[in-house]
Amino acid sequence: MRPAFQKLTEEIILETRGLTKEFKGFVAVDHVDLRVKRGTIHALIGPNGAGKTTVFNLLTKFLPPSRGTIHFKGEDITRDQPADVARRGVIRSFQISAVFPNLSVLENVRVALQRKRAGSNFAFWQSEKKLDAMNDAALAILDRVGLRDFAQTHAGALAYGRKRTLEIATTLAMDPEMMLLDEPTAGMGHEDVDRVRDLIQEVAKGRTVLMVEHNMSVVSGICDTITVLQRGSVLAEGPYAEVSKNPQVIEAYMGSSDGAGGPA
Amino acid sequence: MANETPGLDQRDVAFDAKFFRYGFLAMMVFFIAVPFVNQAAGRDLIYLVFLMKVLCFGLFACAFNLLLGYGGLLSFGHAMFLGMAGYFSAHLAKVGLQFDQVTLFKVSIPLSVHLPPFSTELAILVSTAATGVLGLLVGLLAIRRQGIYFAMITLALAQMIFFYCLQAPFTGGEDGIQSVPRGKLLGMIDLTNNTAMYYFVLAVFTFGFLLIYRTVHSPFGQVLKAIKENEPRAISLGYQTERYKLLAFVLSATLAGLAGATKAIVFQLASLTDVHWSMSGEVVLMTLLGGMGTIFGPVAGSFVIMAMENYLSNLGAWVTITQGIVFVICVLAFRRGIVGELEALLRRRLTFRQFLFEVFAFRHHKRARDKKRG
Ligand SMILES: Nc1ncnc2c1ncn2[C@@H]1O[C@H](COP(=O)(O)OP(=O)(O)O)[C@@H](O)[C@H]1O
Ligand SMILES: [Mg+2]
Repeated sequence: MRPAFQKLTEEIILETRGLTKEFKGFVAVDHVDLRVKRGTIHALIGPNGAGKTTVFNLLTKFLPPSRGTIHFKGEDITRDQPADVARRGVIRSFQISAVFPNLSVLENVRVALQRKRAGSNFAFWQSEKKLDAMNDAALAILDRVGLRDFAQTHAGALAYGRKRTLEIATTLAMDPEMMLLDEPTAGMGHEDVDRVRDLIQEVAKGRTVLMVEHNMSVVSGICDTITVLQRGSVLAEGPYAEVSKNPQVIEAYMGSSDGAGGPA
Repeated sequence: MANETPGLDQRDVAFDAKFFRYGFLAMMVFFIAVPFVNQAAGRDLIYLVFLMKVLCFGLFACAFNLLLGYGGLLSFGHAMFLGMAGYFSAHLAKVGLQFDQVTLFKVSIPLSVHLPPFSTELAILVSTAATGVLGLLVGLLAIRRQGIYFAMITLALAQMIFFYCLQAPFTGGEDGIQSVPRGKLLGMIDLTNNTAMYYFVLAVFTFGFLLIYRTVHSPFGQVLKAIKENEPRAISLGYQTERYKLLAFVLSATLAGLAGATKAIVFQLASLTDVHWSMSGEVVLMTLLGGMGTIFGPVAGSFVIMAMENYLSNLGAWVTITQGIVFVICVLAFRRGIVGELEALLRRRLTFRQFLFEVFAFRHHKRARDKKRG
């Protein structure tokens, strides 16, 4: 393999070509060419219904694409199963909160560690006490996100902001190369938004993050590149300063909001 | 954030362990003691045959609960495992394996096998294993579907098994397989003695029960719970969830098979009743009544349902109606089932009066709803 090519594929960690998704004739995602650089925080923004969540579902194979290809680290993952994508190191979160409500906060993180460390866990004859070996690691992660005091709480009983934080903690436990976060701050109060923004920035070190985000203070604050999606197609792409001046973007998206965000 | 104060929202591992320890102790003491109490009383206060029925159906319901209560999978065809295992073990214990050819899809392959009747323990073991294989085949077909579709596929396959059993020569059609010999356990203990048979059934039940407890509280069980709670999230963490669900299905089918195989030996009979769809419904009833997702619930459910069938049998058709009424009351007021409500009561250290108030004021329903919205 030529070194130059190698270098290039190393730079771009995730790439889609002509990614398209049709739902019974309705085109939700239309020929999207997305290129996410390794080590960056990349935002995917756009009005409601633009197709952002659908793009996430395509990237993680929760939905099969109608057309187009997806490459992760130069490998074609278009035909992968969702669990395979996760095993490659791409871990997503969900727009609606995705915790295991009747497991404790500690157990939520441990389920992730369990997968990360053991791969598969079909040992139904072993005692769950074996899992206690992961408690320290799980507590360390909870410490990092500020949830240590809630380790024994049922995840379903957490306040909304903390649930979202727990999701990030669980994702973090997988030590993923790439994190896909779908509206991690949606519906949060100011303080929570700031906390989660700082947390994302902190955990993004040494990883690549692709996030859907409505809150412009978060996007402008921590994201390196922004892709604007409108009716399934890419409208603009570039750094915040550039994209925010794009007249089409102002017209289509920012013009309609005060720019300070809030759930759209 | 009012609901974040330590209390009910907290995981209380110590309570769970204590509840299991004392519950298990009480259950074992009860079951072990009955024959002694009967003897001391000089008459049968509780019939051993009745208790053997409770134990067999209890294990069946526990196996079903492993799938529903801990895996979130509602099978509506579990009778096929109970019933088929019964036919297998009855046939093996009575006739053995005797055939000259195997006919599959109208193609006959000459294959001569002549094995004499199996010993009791071997008949049970082989039929349990065979039911596990059946569970694997059914599971492979059903597990890819979710919710109601999963239930429908299991029901459809169970109906196919039912009609097969109705037609196949080896099941004896409407008559079933009768006068199955109980035999001797390990060639030594005569199982025609009811007390010996009873303790053997108790041992089988205890093995199955503890295996289920261990499965639920294993690394595998932890993943299974996570899948039940939020399957997409489990997938996004890299779990191949279908494999976990399939293993749970096979385990459940195998243990249901163990219950069915044992039951056929106890009652010396394998019949269409055990493969009928109403049996698939009855096990749902037992599990919900006793407490879905609780370890003791299905045993309690089996006890209550069997007691109603046995002691109210002179009511005739009214038994079914009584069961229906009990079921409705249970679903409306004791949503968590007998054991589920008891556990909640103990966990919260409520007095009995507070408990009744809670239940009948439907307060926990409201709380559960609020929590969901949370
Ligand atoms: N499973 C589906 N079936 C049919 N239409 C869908 C499905 N998922 C999303 N859509 C449609 O695709 C469009 C994009 O949705 P989505 O990706 O959720 O938007 P966003 O996340 O940007 O708000 C919407 O019009 C939505 O109704
Ligand atoms: Mg969305």
